[in-house]
Amino acid sequence: MAEIAEGGGGHDKGGKKRPKKGSTRIDMTPMVDLGFLLLTFFVMTTTFSKPKVMSLAYPAKVDPKVPVDLPKLNNGITFLLTKNDKIYYYLGEFFAPGNSKGMPATTLEETNFSATDPKGLRKLLADKNAFVIKQKELLDNQLKRKIIADTTYERLLNGPTGLKTKKQALKVLIKTDDKATCENFIDLVDEVKIAQIGVIAPIELMKSEADLLKAKL
Amino acid sequence: MPKIKVPKHSPSIDMTPMVDLAFLLVTFFMLAAIPRETDPVDVTTPSSISEKIIPENNLTVTIDKGGRVFMNLSHSDARTEMLQNMAGKYKVGLTAEQTEKFTIMTSFGCSMKELPQYLDMTGEERKKFNTLGIPTDSLKNELKDWIYYGNIAALNTGQTKFLEAEMKGDKPKADDFKPKFILKVDGKAPYIFAENVIDIFRDLNLSNLNFITSAEKSPK
Repeated sequence: MAEIAEGGGGHDKGGKKRPKKGSTRIDMTPMVDLGFLLLTFFVMTTTFSKPKVMSLAYPAKVDPKVPVDLPKLNNGITFLLTKNDKIYYYLGEFFAPGNSKGMPATTLEETNFSATDPKGLRKLLADKNAFVIKQKELLDNQLKRKIIADTTYERLLNGPTGLKTKKQALKVLIKTDDKATCENFIDLVDEVKIAQIGVIAPIELMKSEADLLKAKL
Repeated sequence: MPKIKVPKHSPSIDMTPMVDLAFLLVTFFMLAAIPRETDPVDVTTPSSISEKIIPENNLTVTIDKGGRVFMNLSHSDARTEMLQNMAGKYKVGLTAEQTEKFTIMTSFGCSMKELPQYLDMTGEERKKFNTLGIPTDSLKNELKDWIYYGNIAALNTGQTKFLEAEMKGDKPKADDFKPKFILKVDGKAPYIFAENVIDIFRDLNLSNLNFITSAEKSPK
Protein backbone atom coordinates (compact mmCIF):
# COMPACT_ATOMS: atom_id res chain seq x y z
CA MET A 1 0.00 0.00 0.00
CA ALA A 2 3.01 2.18 -0.29
CA GLU A 3 1.36 3.78 -3.28
CA ILE A 4 -1.59 2.62 -5.21
CA ALA A 5 -0.69 2.28 -8.81
CA GLU A 6 -3.05 4.45 -10.78
CA GLY A 7 -3.74 4.25 -14.41
CA GLY A 8 -0.50 2.52 -15.18
CA GLY A 9 -0.32 0.64 -18.43
CA GLY A 10 -3.30 2.36 -20.03
CA HIS A 11 -3.97 2.38 -23.77
CA ASP A 12 -2.63 5.26 -25.71
CA LYS A 13 -4.87 7.05 -28.03
CA GLY A 14 -4.08 6.97 -31.67
CA GLY A 15 -3.87 3.25 -32.30
CA LYS A 16 -0.11 3.21 -32.66
CA LYS A 17 1.38 0.01 -31.36
CA ARG A 18 3.56 0.73 -28.39
CA PRO A 19 5.00 -1.64 -25.85
CA LYS A 20 2.86 -1.77 -22.73
CA LYS A 21 4.09 0.59 -20.07
CA GLY A 22 4.12 -1.51 -16.92
CA SER A 23 3.96 0.30 -13.63
CA THR A 24 7.37 0.65 -12.01
CA ARG A 25 5.87 0.64 -8.56
CA ILE A 26 6.17 -2.46 -6.46
CA ASP A 27 4.05 -3.21 -3.46
CA MET A 28 6.48 -2.80 -0.56
CA THR A 29 4.08 -3.80 2.20
CA PRO A 30 5.51 -7.27 2.93
CA MET A 31 9.04 -5.94 3.00
CA VAL A 32 8.08 -3.15 5.38
CA ASP A 33 6.26 -5.63 7.58
CA LEU A 34 9.31 -7.81 7.77
CA GLY A 35 11.50 -4.80 8.42
CA PHE A 36 9.48 -3.74 11.40
CA LEU A 37 9.29 -7.26 12.71
CA LEU A 38 13.07 -7.48 12.70
CA LEU A 39 13.33 -4.04 14.21
CA THR A 40 11.08 -5.04 17.09
CA PHE A 41 13.04 -8.25 17.63
CA PHE A 42 16.43 -6.58 17.77
CA VAL A 43 15.24 -3.72 19.93
CA MET A 44 13.91 -6.18 22.45
CA THR A 45 16.92 -8.50 22.52
CA THR A 46 19.71 -5.93 22.62
CA THR A 47 21.15 -5.19 26.00
CA PHE A 48 23.21 -2.08 26.03
CA SER A 49 24.48 -1.94 29.56
CA LYS A 50 27.87 -3.55 29.74
CA PRO A 51 28.36 -5.28 33.05
CA LYS A 52 30.06 -3.19 35.67
CA VAL A 53 32.73 -4.33 38.06
CA MET A 54 33.27 -3.53 41.69
CA SER A 55 36.87 -3.78 42.79
CA LEU A 56 37.87 -5.08 46.17
CA ALA A 57 41.37 -5.59 47.52
CA TYR A 58 41.88 -8.65 49.65
CA PRO A 59 44.60 -8.77 52.28
CA ALA A 60 47.70 -10.66 51.18
CA LYS A 61 48.11 -14.16 52.53
CA VAL A 62 50.41 -14.52 55.49
CA ASP A 63 52.49 -17.50 56.36
CA PRO A 64 50.58 -19.33 59.10
CA LYS A 65 53.86 -20.34 60.74
CA VAL A 66 54.90 -16.75 61.32
CA PRO A 67 52.76 -15.23 64.05
CA VAL A 68 51.69 -11.68 63.28
CA ASP A 69 50.30 -9.23 65.75
CA LEU A 70 47.27 -7.61 64.27
CA PRO A 71 47.75 -3.86 64.33
CA LYS A 72 45.43 -2.07 66.69
CA LEU A 73 42.34 -1.16 64.77
CA ASN A 74 41.36 2.46 65.03
CA ASN A 75 37.70 3.21 64.69
CA GLY A 76 36.78 -0.12 63.23
CA ILE A 77 33.52 -1.93 62.78
CA THR A 78 33.21 -5.64 62.13
CA PHE A 79 30.31 -7.13 60.24
CA LEU A 80 29.36 -10.75 60.52
CA LEU A 81 27.24 -12.20 57.76
CA THR A 82 25.23 -15.34 58.17
CA LYS A 83 22.25 -17.24 56.78
CA ASN A 84 18.77 -15.81 56.05
CA ASP A 85 20.22 -12.41 55.09
CA LYS A 86 21.01 -11.71 58.71
CA ILE A 87 23.80 -9.31 59.56
CA TYR A 88 25.43 -8.58 62.90
CA TYR A 89 28.12 -6.12 63.90
CA TYR A 90 30.28 -4.96 66.75
CA LEU A 91 32.43 -1.90 67.17
CA GLY A 92 36.14 -1.83 67.87
CA GLU A 93 38.15 -4.78 69.00
CA PHE A 94 36.85 -8.20 69.90
CA PHE A 95 36.95 -9.17 73.55
CA ALA A 96 36.24 -12.69 74.62
CA PRO A 97 34.39 -13.13 77.91
CA GLY A 98 36.82 -13.10 80.83
CA ASN A 99 39.73 -11.66 78.83
CA SER A 100 42.99 -10.67 80.45
CA LYS A 101 42.54 -6.98 79.67
CA GLY A 102 39.47 -6.87 81.86
CA MET A 103 37.24 -5.43 79.12
CA PRO A 104 33.58 -6.35 78.95
CA ALA A 105 32.86 -9.17 76.51
CA THR A 106 31.81 -8.18 73.00
CA THR A 107 28.16 -8.56 72.15
CA LEU A 108 26.69 -8.57 68.68
CA GLU A 109 24.14 -6.04 67.48
CA GLU A 110 21.75 -6.88 64.72
CA THR A 111 21.10 -4.67 61.70
CA ASN A 112 19.56 -5.19 58.26
CA PHE A 113 20.14 -4.36 54.61
CA SER A 114 17.39 -1.76 54.47
CA ALA A 115 18.28 1.66 53.10
CA THR A 116 15.40 3.44 54.81
CA ASP A 117 15.06 1.71 58.18
CA PRO A 118 16.56 3.90 60.95
CA LYS A 119 18.20 0.76 62.32
CA GLY A 120 19.37 -0.30 58.86
CA LEU A 121 22.83 -0.52 57.45
CA ARG A 122 22.85 2.72 55.46
CA LYS A 123 21.88 4.86 58.42
CA LEU A 124 24.32 3.05 60.70
CA LEU A 125 27.27 3.52 58.37
CA ALA A 126 26.38 7.13 57.62
CA ASP A 127 26.30 7.87 61.36
CA LYS A 128 29.54 6.13 62.13
CA ASN A 129 31.32 7.66 59.16
CA ALA A 130 29.82 11.14 59.52
CA PHE A 131 33.27 12.74 59.70
CA VAL A 132 34.33 11.56 56.27
CA ILE A 133 30.98 12.29 54.66
CA LYS A 134 31.05 15.85 55.99
CA GLN A 135 34.64 16.44 54.90
CA LYS A 136 33.85 15.02 51.49
CA GLU A 137 31.00 17.46 51.08
CA LEU A 138 33.44 20.31 51.72
CA LEU A 139 35.81 18.88 49.12
CA ASP A 140 32.96 18.41 46.65
CA ASN A 141 32.04 22.01 47.13
CA GLN A 142 35.60 23.17 46.57
CA LEU A 143 35.80 21.08 43.43
CA LYS A 144 32.57 22.52 42.13
CA ARG A 145 33.77 26.07 42.61
CA LYS A 146 37.11 25.09 41.06
CA ILE A 147 39.17 25.98 44.12
CA ILE A 148 40.93 22.63 43.82
CA ALA A 149 41.77 20.62 40.70
CA ASP A 150 40.23 17.22 40.19
CA THR A 151 43.58 15.48 40.63
CA THR A 152 44.00 17.21 43.98
CA TYR A 153 40.47 16.19 44.87
CA GLU A 154 41.22 12.58 44.02
CA ARG A 155 44.42 12.68 46.09
CA LEU A 156 42.77 14.27 49.11
CA LEU A 157 39.89 11.81 48.97
CA ASN A 158 41.29 8.46 47.88
CA GLY A 159 45.06 8.91 48.12
CA PRO A 160 47.26 6.83 50.44
CA THR A 161 47.07 9.52 53.13
CA GLY A 162 43.71 10.85 51.98
CA LEU A 163 40.50 11.42 53.84
CA LYS A 164 39.34 7.82 53.80
CA THR A 165 42.41 6.54 55.63
CA LYS A 166 42.33 9.22 58.36
CA LYS A 167 42.14 8.26 61.99
CA GLN A 168 38.56 9.47 62.28
CA ALA A 169 37.41 7.52 59.24
CA LEU A 170 35.57 4.29 59.76
CA LYS A 171 37.25 1.04 58.75
CA VAL A 172 35.23 -2.02 57.96
CA LEU A 173 36.04 -5.66 58.50
CA ILE A 174 33.79 -8.23 56.89
CA LYS A 175 33.56 -11.78 58.11
CA THR A 176 31.28 -14.43 56.78
CA ASP A 177 30.23 -17.78 58.11
CA ASP A 178 29.68 -20.75 55.82
CA LYS A 179 26.00 -20.01 55.22
CA ALA A 180 26.19 -16.41 54.00
CA THR A 181 25.48 -15.81 50.31
CA CYS A 182 27.50 -13.86 47.80
CA GLU A 183 24.62 -11.48 47.33
CA ASN A 184 24.73 -10.47 50.99
CA PHE A 185 28.45 -9.99 50.79
CA ILE A 186 28.29 -7.79 47.71
CA ASP A 187 25.35 -5.81 49.05
CA LEU A 188 27.32 -5.12 52.19
CA VAL A 189 30.42 -4.00 50.29
CA ASP A 190 28.16 -1.82 48.18
CA GLU A 191 26.63 -0.15 51.24
CA VAL A 192 30.10 0.37 52.67
CA LYS A 193 31.17 2.09 49.45
CA ILE A 194 28.03 4.23 49.46
CA ALA A 195 29.05 5.41 52.93
CA GLN A 196 32.42 6.59 51.50
CA ILE A 197 34.47 4.11 53.43
CA GLY A 198 37.83 3.38 51.84
CA VAL A 199 39.25 0.67 54.07
CA ILE A 200 37.42 -2.62 53.63
CA ALA A 201 38.95 -5.90 54.63
CA PRO A 202 37.24 -9.24 54.11
CA ILE A 203 38.87 -11.61 56.57
CA GLU A 204 38.34 -15.01 58.12
CA LEU A 205 35.91 -15.57 60.93
CA MET A 206 37.50 -16.36 64.29
CA LYS A 207 36.32 -19.32 66.32
CA SER A 208 35.17 -17.14 69.20
CA GLU A 209 33.13 -14.98 66.82
CA ALA A 210 31.57 -18.02 65.20
CA ASP A 211 30.44 -19.21 68.64
CA LEU A 212 28.96 -15.84 69.42
CA LEU A 213 27.13 -15.91 66.09
CA LYS A 214 25.80 -19.37 66.73
CA ALA A 215 24.43 -18.27 70.09
CA LYS A 216 22.53 -15.43 68.35
CA LEU A 217 20.77 -17.68 65.85
CA MET B 1 -25.15 25.58 -4.55
CA PRO B 2 -21.92 24.37 -5.94
CA LYS B 3 -21.02 20.85 -5.12
CA ILE B 4 -18.15 20.25 -2.76
CA LYS B 5 -15.46 18.68 -4.81
CA VAL B 6 -13.83 15.67 -3.27
CA PRO B 7 -10.22 15.70 -4.39
CA LYS B 8 -9.52 12.68 -6.48
CA HIS B 9 -6.12 12.03 -4.96
CA SER B 10 -4.92 8.68 -3.94
CA PRO B 11 -5.20 8.36 -0.17
CA SER B 12 -1.73 6.92 0.20
CA ILE B 13 1.29 8.56 1.76
CA ASP B 14 4.82 8.16 0.59
CA MET B 15 6.29 5.77 3.11
CA THR B 16 9.81 5.70 1.74
CA PRO B 17 11.47 7.83 4.46
CA MET B 18 9.84 5.79 7.18
CA VAL B 19 10.96 2.55 5.61
CA ASP B 20 14.46 3.94 5.21
CA LEU B 21 14.58 4.81 8.85
CA ALA B 22 13.21 1.46 9.91
CA PHE B 23 15.86 -0.41 7.98
CA LEU B 24 18.57 1.85 9.28
CA LEU B 25 17.47 0.98 12.81
CA VAL B 26 17.29 -2.72 11.97
CA THR B 27 20.86 -2.63 10.69
CA PHE B 28 22.03 -0.76 13.76
CA PHE B 29 20.41 -3.10 16.26
CA MET B 30 21.57 -6.16 14.35
CA LEU B 31 25.15 -5.04 14.47
CA ALA B 32 24.86 -4.07 18.10
CA ALA B 33 23.34 -7.40 19.09
CA ILE B 34 25.57 -9.90 17.35
CA PRO B 35 28.74 -9.80 19.49
CA ARG B 36 26.88 -11.15 22.49
CA GLU B 37 28.60 -14.28 23.70
CA THR B 38 26.84 -17.15 25.30
CA ASP B 39 28.36 -18.60 28.43
CA PRO B 40 28.02 -22.28 29.22
CA VAL B 41 26.39 -21.34 32.49
CA ASP B 42 23.80 -18.78 33.50
CA VAL B 43 24.69 -16.62 36.44
CA THR B 44 22.61 -13.87 38.03
CA THR B 45 24.98 -11.34 39.48
CA PRO B 46 24.07 -9.09 42.41
CA SER B 47 23.80 -5.34 41.83
CA SER B 48 25.98 -2.50 43.04
CA ILE B 49 26.37 1.24 42.44
CA SER B 50 29.82 0.80 40.93
CA GLU B 51 30.32 2.55 37.61
CA LYS B 52 33.61 0.99 36.65
CA ILE B 53 33.30 -0.77 33.33
CA ILE B 54 34.81 -4.16 32.77
CA PRO B 55 38.56 -3.94 31.92
CA GLU B 56 39.66 -5.11 28.51
CA ASN B 57 42.43 -7.52 29.47
CA ASN B 58 40.79 -9.76 32.00
CA LEU B 59 40.73 -13.20 33.49
CA THR B 60 37.25 -14.09 34.64
CA VAL B 61 36.28 -16.87 36.99
CA THR B 62 32.58 -17.69 37.06
CA ILE B 63 31.02 -19.44 40.03
CA ASP B 64 27.49 -20.74 39.64
CA LYS B 65 24.84 -21.44 42.25
CA GLY B 66 26.09 -24.95 42.88
CA GLY B 67 29.71 -23.86 43.26
CA ARG B 68 30.92 -25.07 39.86
CA VAL B 69 33.83 -23.05 38.56
CA PHE B 70 34.31 -21.79 35.00
CA MET B 71 37.07 -19.67 33.58
CA ASN B 72 37.55 -17.26 30.72
CA LEU B 73 40.47 -15.27 29.40
CA SER B 74 39.82 -12.26 27.18
CA HIS B 75 42.67 -12.32 24.65
CA SER B 76 42.80 -15.17 22.17
CA ASP B 77 46.63 -15.15 21.89
CA ALA B 78 46.88 -15.52 25.63
CA ARG B 79 44.38 -18.37 25.53
CA THR B 80 46.51 -20.37 23.12
CA GLU B 81 49.59 -19.85 25.25
CA MET B 82 47.76 -20.83 28.42
CA LEU B 83 46.27 -23.93 26.83
CA GLN B 84 49.64 -25.13 25.54
CA ASN B 85 51.21 -24.76 28.98
CA MET B 86 48.31 -26.57 30.64
CA ALA B 87 48.26 -29.39 28.08
CA GLY B 88 52.01 -29.79 28.57
CA LYS B 89 51.73 -29.91 32.33
CA TYR B 90 48.84 -32.38 32.43
CA LYS B 91 50.06 -34.36 29.40
CA VAL B 92 46.82 -33.99 27.48
CA GLY B 93 47.18 -34.34 23.72
CA LEU B 94 45.15 -31.82 21.75
CA THR B 95 44.77 -31.54 18.00
CA ALA B 96 45.33 -28.24 16.19
CA GLU B 97 41.60 -28.11 15.57
CA GLN B 98 40.82 -28.42 19.26
CA THR B 99 43.31 -25.69 20.13
CA GLU B 100 41.71 -23.45 17.51
CA LYS B 101 38.29 -24.14 19.01
CA PHE B 102 39.55 -23.29 22.49
CA THR B 103 40.81 -19.87 21.41
CA ILE B 104 37.46 -18.76 20.02
CA MET B 105 35.11 -20.08 22.69
CA THR B 106 34.01 -18.26 25.83
CA SER B 107 34.17 -19.63 29.37
CA PHE B 108 34.99 -23.25 29.87
CA GLY B 109 34.46 -25.46 32.84
CA CYS B 110 35.77 -29.01 32.91
CA SER B 111 38.67 -31.00 34.25
CA MET B 112 41.79 -31.50 32.14
CA LYS B 113 40.75 -35.11 31.54
CA GLU B 114 37.43 -34.02 30.04
CA LEU B 115 38.98 -31.21 28.00
CA PRO B 116 39.45 -32.91 24.59
CA GLN B 117 35.88 -34.22 24.72
CA TYR B 118 34.62 -30.84 25.91
CA LEU B 119 36.32 -29.04 23.04
CA ASP B 120 34.72 -31.30 20.44
CA MET B 121 31.23 -30.27 21.53
CA THR B 122 29.15 -27.41 20.21
CA GLY B 123 28.13 -24.50 22.43
CA GLU B 124 24.70 -25.94 23.08
CA GLU B 125 26.09 -29.34 24.03
CA ARG B 126 28.53 -27.70 26.44
CA LYS B 127 25.62 -26.10 28.23
CA LYS B 128 24.10 -29.51 28.87
CA PHE B 129 27.40 -31.26 29.56
CA ASN B 130 27.38 -32.86 32.96
CA THR B 131 30.54 -31.55 34.56
CA LEU B 132 31.68 -30.50 37.99
CA GLY B 133 33.49 -27.49 36.56
CA ILE B 134 37.21 -26.90 36.97
CA PRO B 135 38.48 -28.88 39.97
CA THR B 136 39.54 -26.61 42.82
CA ASP B 137 40.14 -29.01 45.67
CA SER B 138 43.56 -28.96 47.24
CA LEU B 139 44.53 -32.40 45.94
CA LYS B 140 43.86 -31.60 42.31
CA ASN B 141 43.90 -27.85 42.10
CA GLU B 142 43.60 -27.36 38.37
CA LEU B 143 42.13 -23.89 38.73
CA LYS B 144 45.30 -22.71 40.40
CA ASP B 145 47.33 -23.84 37.38
CA TRP B 146 44.86 -22.28 34.95
CA ILE B 147 45.07 -18.96 36.77
CA TYR B 148 48.85 -19.18 37.07
CA TYR B 149 49.39 -19.81 33.36
CA GLY B 150 46.55 -17.51 32.38
CA ASN B 151 48.12 -14.66 34.30
CA ILE B 152 51.52 -15.18 32.66
CA ALA B 153 49.97 -15.41 29.19
CA ALA B 154 47.78 -12.35 29.74
CA LEU B 155 50.77 -10.38 31.03
CA ASN B 156 52.67 -11.26 27.86
CA THR B 157 49.89 -10.19 25.52
CA GLY B 158 49.34 -7.09 27.63
CA GLN B 159 52.99 -6.18 27.21
CA THR B 160 52.85 -6.69 23.44
CA LYS B 161 49.79 -4.44 23.23
CA PHE B 162 51.49 -1.88 25.43
CA LEU B 163 54.55 -1.78 23.17
CA GLU B 164 52.33 -1.51 20.10
CA ALA B 165 50.50 1.42 21.62
CA GLU B 166 53.80 3.05 22.51
CA MET B 167 55.08 2.60 18.95
CA LYS B 168 51.99 4.38 17.68
CA GLY B 169 53.02 7.37 19.74
CA ASP B 170 50.25 7.26 22.33
CA LYS B 171 51.25 7.57 25.92
CA PRO B 172 49.72 4.42 27.32
CA LYS B 173 49.49 3.67 31.01
CA ALA B 174 51.14 0.35 31.75
CA ASP B 175 48.50 -0.42 34.34
CA ASP B 176 45.71 -0.45 31.75
CA PHE B 177 47.36 -3.35 29.94
CA LYS B 178 47.91 -5.60 32.94
CA PRO B 179 45.41 -8.40 33.34
CA LYS B 180 42.63 -7.78 35.84
CA PHE B 181 41.00 -10.57 37.77
CA ILE B 182 37.28 -10.76 37.76
CA LEU B 183 34.89 -12.89 39.74
CA LYS B 184 31.42 -13.48 38.41
CA VAL B 185 29.45 -15.02 41.21
CA ASP B 186 25.82 -16.00 41.40
CA GLY B 187 24.04 -13.99 44.07
CA LYS B 188 22.48 -17.11 45.54
CA ALA B 189 25.77 -18.98 45.82
CA PRO B 190 27.10 -19.38 49.36
CA TYR B 191 30.02 -17.02 49.90
CA ILE B 192 32.20 -19.93 50.96
CA PHE B 193 32.41 -21.05 47.31
CA ALA B 194 33.67 -17.63 46.29
CA GLU B 195 36.05 -17.61 49.23
CA ASN B 196 37.52 -20.88 48.04
CA VAL B 197 38.36 -19.33 44.67
CA ILE B 198 39.54 -16.08 46.27
CA ASP B 199 41.94 -18.07 48.43
CA ILE B 200 43.45 -19.57 45.28
CA PHE B 201 43.98 -16.07 43.90
CA ARG B 202 45.53 -15.00 47.17
CA ASP B 203 47.82 -18.02 47.18
CA LEU B 204 49.14 -16.76 43.87
CA ASN B 205 49.61 -13.27 45.33
CA LEU B 206 46.79 -11.82 43.25
CA SER B 207 44.73 -10.00 45.81
CA ASN B 208 43.13 -7.20 43.79
CA LEU B 209 39.88 -8.71 42.62
CA ASN B 210 36.81 -7.34 40.89
CA PHE B 211 33.25 -8.56 41.21
CA ILE B 212 30.92 -8.32 38.23
CA THR B 213 27.73 -6.61 39.28
CA SER B 214 24.74 -5.33 37.41
CA ALA B 215 24.33 -1.59 37.61
CA GLU B 216 22.12 -0.04 40.24
CA LYS B 217 21.19 3.58 40.71
CA SER B 218 23.30 5.38 43.22
CA PRO B 219 21.36 7.03 46.07
CA LYS B 220 21.16 10.88 46.14
